[in-house]
Order: sequence, then structure tokens, then C-alpha cells
Amino acid sequence: MHELATSLTLAGDLIAAADGRLAAIVWLSLKVSLTATLIACLIGMPLGALLAVGRFTGRRVLIVLTNGLMGLPPVVVGLLVYLLLSRAGPLGQCGLLFSPTAMVIAQTILIVPIVAALARQVVADAWTEYREQLRSLGASRTRAAMTLLWDGRFSLTTAGLAGFGRAVAEVGAVMIVGGNIDGVTRVMTTTIALETSKGDLPLALALGAILIAVVLALNTAAFLLRQWAERRWG
Amino acid sequence: MWLELSDLGLTENGVCIVADVTLKVGAGRTAILGPNGAGKSTLLRLMHGLLKPSSGSLQWPQDLSQGMVFQRPAMLRTTALANVEYGLKLRGVTGAERQQRAMDALRRVGLPELAGRPARRLSGGEQQRVALARAWALEPQLLFLDEPTASLDPASGREVERIIHEIAEAGARIVMTTHNLGQARRIAEEVILMDGGRVLEQTPADEFFRQPRTEAARCFLREEMP
Repeated sequence: MHELATSLTLAGDLIAAADGRLAAIVWLSLKVSLTATLIACLIGMPLGALLAVGRFTGRRVLIVLTNGLMGLPPVVVGLLVYLLLSRAGPLGQCGLLFSPTAMVIAQTILIVPIVAALARQVVADAWTEYREQLRSLGASRTRAAMTLLWDGRFSLTTAGLAGFGRAVAEVGAVMIVGGNIDGVTRVMTTTIALETSKGDLPLALALGAILIAVVLALNTAAFLLRQWAERRWG
Repeated sequence: MWLELSDLGLTENGVCIVADVTLKVGAGRTAILGPNGAGKSTLLRLMHGLLKPSSGSLQWPQDLSQGMVFQRPAMLRTTALANVEYGLKLRGVTGAERQQRAMDALRRVGLPELAGRPARRLSGGEQQRVALARAWALEPQLLFLDEPTASLDPASGREVERIIHEIAEAGARIVMTTHNLGQARRIAEEVILMDGGRVLEQTPADEFFRQPRTEAARCFLREEMP
């Protein structure tokens, strides 16, 4: 009990002092996971929308696949990206292994299914409401998909956030493809895992607190945005 | 005659929704009447091409540009003006001309001052008028309306009727479903009566309300008359 209290105090000191090492780790975490989220949204949202309104062979298989891959284990994604990027792998020439770029790639793969599946649900719901109207106006399916993505822009923040939450919180994938190299690829979750095993609880606790705060703050912001949008646009 | 239906039918999951509809539609303003579940809306959607018939065929002697207004207006989360512009955008109308035509349409339905308002925050009646403007802006030669006033209060309903009249005056053919006999009387030149997915009678409107040809129509009128 005493140890916990001391650790918490020290963790508070670290955050209050805006410790340089801490800040660098937080910054890298946000940079990697936000970039992965952005790319996953650019891929996953149009994909989800097309799965919702499209009519093409393989659509049902893809829907089941995206839904199923929502629960992709991060370590498995890490392993696959590792194999791709390792020197003997097909993309070994690029020399990306153990770099932040590798981490972005792994997290993007991890969360594209989440973003796509949730976006598909949002667009599918809108499609039942708009389907006849859009077809009557002469919108192609692709056009309808894009229109409904725009129309659902506020609800879709949930899909983006779910993806970001998953990315920023996972350890397995970034640990494997990033290597947890101090000052290069060390992010919040890998640091927490490492420092805890080393017994440096204050740093781990400080990072844990920041991690939770970041996720909470983003969710609050998105919640307020959706509320405002509901009042403004209906 | 601008549309001919031959043996048109629609069966879904073994349930027959519309059957053996053979019709020549040539009136400027047609009302499709009938009790709930008669297949009115389905027939309208078959005509507009939103549904594919499972049997029979439609022949269009001339190519008519079409529009449709639904019972519940589907408004996008943007302004009323942008909703009207959306249809024009799909037709490739751009820039100042698009905005001009959308604004004109909003003026014709009496809502120019609501152009910048979020469409989904408007009242049901106002939303339906925006939907009419969206259809009208495309200047259709044929406009389908599916129970356009069924979800509206009487005052909004009258305003919508006025707009339908104006759209007809501007040269569009009108085909609408309604279960409001007064409305059918005020708007239609010709009445198509349906029940159980079949067309029971097609009669000029004044004749239909004076002395319907079939017993089914007499029965329907007796039951529906207030």
C-alpha cells in the first residue's frame, strides 16, 4: 500500500514536471496511433460504405471477414508485419523494421477492420432511410456511398475513435515490429510493460494515467461534437 | 398515353404484392386509390423503376424525365438549399447555375427564407416542401408522389397540394397515391382503384366520384367517405 502511494506521488511529479523522456514517449505514441487511425479511416470508411450499399460478388464474404477481423490479435498482426518487413521478407529491402513506420503499418492493419465494420453499420442504417430517395435522384451506388459517408460524418467519429482506442492501447504489434527501442520506437504501452517488469512503477503509472486521460479526452470531445451536431443538423 | 403496363406483377418471398396490372396511363394527373396494403405504393415504385417487376412489362412510348416525392422526406444533414442542389449536382449542373435553380425551386415552394437552415431541423411540412423543391428543380416531365401529405397536418397538407397543382400547371404529369379522397378529388383527372394488389377500376375522376363503375369502388367510397 505504501509502495503504491509513493509510486503515485512520483508519477504525479513526473507528469507535473512534464518530464522530457515522458513527453517524447507520449508524443511518439500519439503520432503513431493517430497516423494509423487517419490511414485506417481513409481505407476503412469508403470500404465500409461500399460494403453497406454496394452490390458485388464477395460482398457478404467481405462483411463477415471485416466483422471477424475486428478481434484480430495484435501479436498476430505484429508477427505478420514482422515477417513482411524482416530482411528476408518481401518488403525487407525497405528497411522499415523497428521503425515508427513499421508500427504505423501494423496498427493500420489492426484497426482497418474495426473502422470498416463500424462505418458499414452507420452507412447501412442511413441507407435504409435514404435508399429510395437517392436512387430516385439518380445517384450511382458509389455516389450514394460517398453521400452517406458525408451525411454520417458525426456518427462516424465513433468508428474513428474505436480504431484509435484500439491502436493506442495495444502492446503486442508495436512491441514486435517496433522493438521497443529507447528513444526510437518506445511508446506508452510498451514502456508500461517494460518498466513494470523492471519495477519502475512511477513511470509506468504516469504513462498509464496519461493513456487513460488521452482516450477519455478524445471520447469526450467526440461526444460533445456529436451532441452539437445532433442539435445543429438533426 | 404515355405509359402502358402489361400483366405487371411483383411477387416477393412467395407473396404476391401486385398482380396482373394492365393499364394505359395517359392523364395529366392520376390518383391511385385503395385501402392500406392494396399495393398502391408498390405500383408507384414499379412505375418509377425503384422496383423490378417479377412479371409483365412497362412500355414508355416517349422517354420522360422522372422524379419522386416520398411520404417521409429523406433530408441530408445539410442546409435546405444544399438538399435541393444535391439532385442538380447528380445531373451535372454546376456552380452559380445550380445555386440559382435550387433557390428558384425553394422560392416556388415558398421557402426562400429557410434556404440556409439545416434541413432536418425543419418541420415535417417544411421538409416535404423542400423535397418537392428538390424534385421540381430537376424539372421532371413526370412526378410520382407517394402519400405526400399523409404525415402532415391539414395546413401543411393544403400547402403541399397547392405546390402539386403548380408543378402540374408547369407541365409535369402527376401520378400520386393517396388515401385522402378529398385530395384525389381536388387533384386528379383520373382515378385508379386498387385492392389486393390488383387494379379494380380506372375511371375519369369526376365519373369515379359520381358513379363508380364497380361494386368494389362503391363499397370503397362508402367506407372511406366521412
